[in-house]
Amino acid sequence: MQTLKKIAIPVLAISVFVALWELLVWANGWPNYVMASPSDLPEAYARFWNLFLIGSWQTLWRTVAGLALAVFFGTLLGMIMGFSKIARDALYPLLVGFNAVPKATLVPVLALLFIGQHNFNTVLMAFLISFFPIAVSVGIGLSTLEPEYRDILRSLGASRITIFRKIALPKTLPEFFGALKVSATLAFIGTNLVEIISPHGRGLGALFLSGQTNSNYPLMFAVLIALAVLGIVLYYAVVALERIFAGWAERPQH
Amino acid sequence: MTNLIDIKGVTHAYKTPNGPLPVLNNLNMAVPEGEFCAVVGPSGCGKSTLTRLVAGLMKPDEGEVWLHGELVKSPRKTVGMAFQNPVMLEWRTILENVILPLEIVAPRMSKADKTERAMELLALVGLEGFENKRPSELSGGMRQRASLCRAIVHKPDVLIMDEPFGALDAFTREDLWQTMHALRAKEPFTAVLITHDLRESVYLGDQVIVLSGRPATTQFVLDVQYPGDGLRDLDGLYTPECADMLHVLRDQIKIAQGREPEEAH
Repeated sequence: MQTLKKIAIPVLAISVFVALWELLVWANGWPNYVMASPSDLPEAYARFWNLFLIGSWQTLWRTVAGLALAVFFGTLLGMIMGFSKIARDALYPLLVGFNAVPKATLVPVLALLFIGQHNFNTVLMAFLISFFPIAVSVGIGLSTLEPEYRDILRSLGASRITIFRKIALPKTLPEFFGALKVSATLAFIGTNLVEIISPHGRGLGALFLSGQTNSNYPLMFAVLIALAVLGIVLYYAVVALERIFAGWAERPQH
Repeated sequence: MTNLIDIKGVTHAYKTPNGPLPVLNNLNMAVPEGEFCAVVGPSGCGKSTLTRLVAGLMKPDEGEVWLHGELVKSPRKTVGMAFQNPVMLEWRTILENVILPLEIVAPRMSKADKTERAMELLALVGLEGFENKRPSELSGGMRQRASLCRAIVHKPDVLIMDEPFGALDAFTREDLWQTMHALRAKEPFTAVLITHDLRESVYLGDQVIVLSGRPATTQFVLDVQYPGDGLRDLDGLYTPECADMLHVLRDQIKIAQGREPEEAH
């Protein structure tokens, strides 16, 4: 009953959303080159299903690769900032400034730097756009560790590494996963940005672009929906990991 | 009998942007092995600094801290600490929390032995049956009980407590005082207890040290003569003997705070 509810409620919400969309297009009498309706989409999927599969895979693996890099380097950066006040003071303005630069402006820069390395550029962009929340959350998590937590192990002569492994690291996991959820969707945006903007791109972004150049509007909308589905899949994959590694932080629900 | 803790002429100041802030000034303290020493004093007088010095977490500017005949220069494995915040690791069960110090101090000890040792203590403080619960499922008093178990699981020479009962309600606090006596009866240890509660200091302490206002120095030492023979019960707190001791301490605290003591009763 409980699990049924958990599935039924979001499914119902999505159905309502689709119905409203269909109704809106029908009521306004929009032709599908102004706004496609949900009923136009199955045809697009049926016709281009193999392109969708290939595109989804390309988009997904490059996003995940970029995200993995963001986790690694973001955590590293966060650790440096968390343990050293000097590093924190030095890096914060740089990071904030970098994060404020619209990433679309970096696409031509990367394209010139690494000509023709489309996969590399895409992964790099996914990484660049998504490491910031991870670095900040790990940094803050470590620097705000209450001194008592450190003292119970330090008074026993434990090394800094032991304290990090046994206390600081697990204690920052909830913040880390909070940031990872944001980063997962950001990485997705980064991947698509490169796919759509750069010529001869791959993945779902490129499929979107070809829909646009061929004036196939239902295809464009079908790509948007596919992107949304991929985003949801990635997000819930992170949620599942969070349950496994930081499930203790969840309060029992009554 | 030799003293387990000897603090000789300790003076310490923290560096702040506005110049040095002296917190301890020529503080002396001696705790014989097995004794329970309660430390009281006005707020902010440097009591927590004292715990960090004994634990070897910091070094004094001047003076010496001796533990078991050795000069303390760095953290040692032979202390246990408990704070006002029980500092439970939320991702571990109660049992795993209690075992934590053993993982550092006795890494070679088998898992079964660690568990047995922890369970023995958990039973002593009345937490049997809760060992597999998460800290968030326990009340504040129960978490503090677990925290005490963790502080002595590795059989430290000294148990250092910084207001461990401060955040608990009055009845839970009294329960924990009795638990403290029960623990000492089974597992003799030397203890330093920082507290704001004079009744607590008299009920638990063999000696009560009153620190002066900042910078703290040893102002007064009370040798506790608890009424009754051996076992202390809570009713003893309401006897004239205890009332007298509490009055003496109260007057000393007033002096420490820089106020005149009330007329003698």
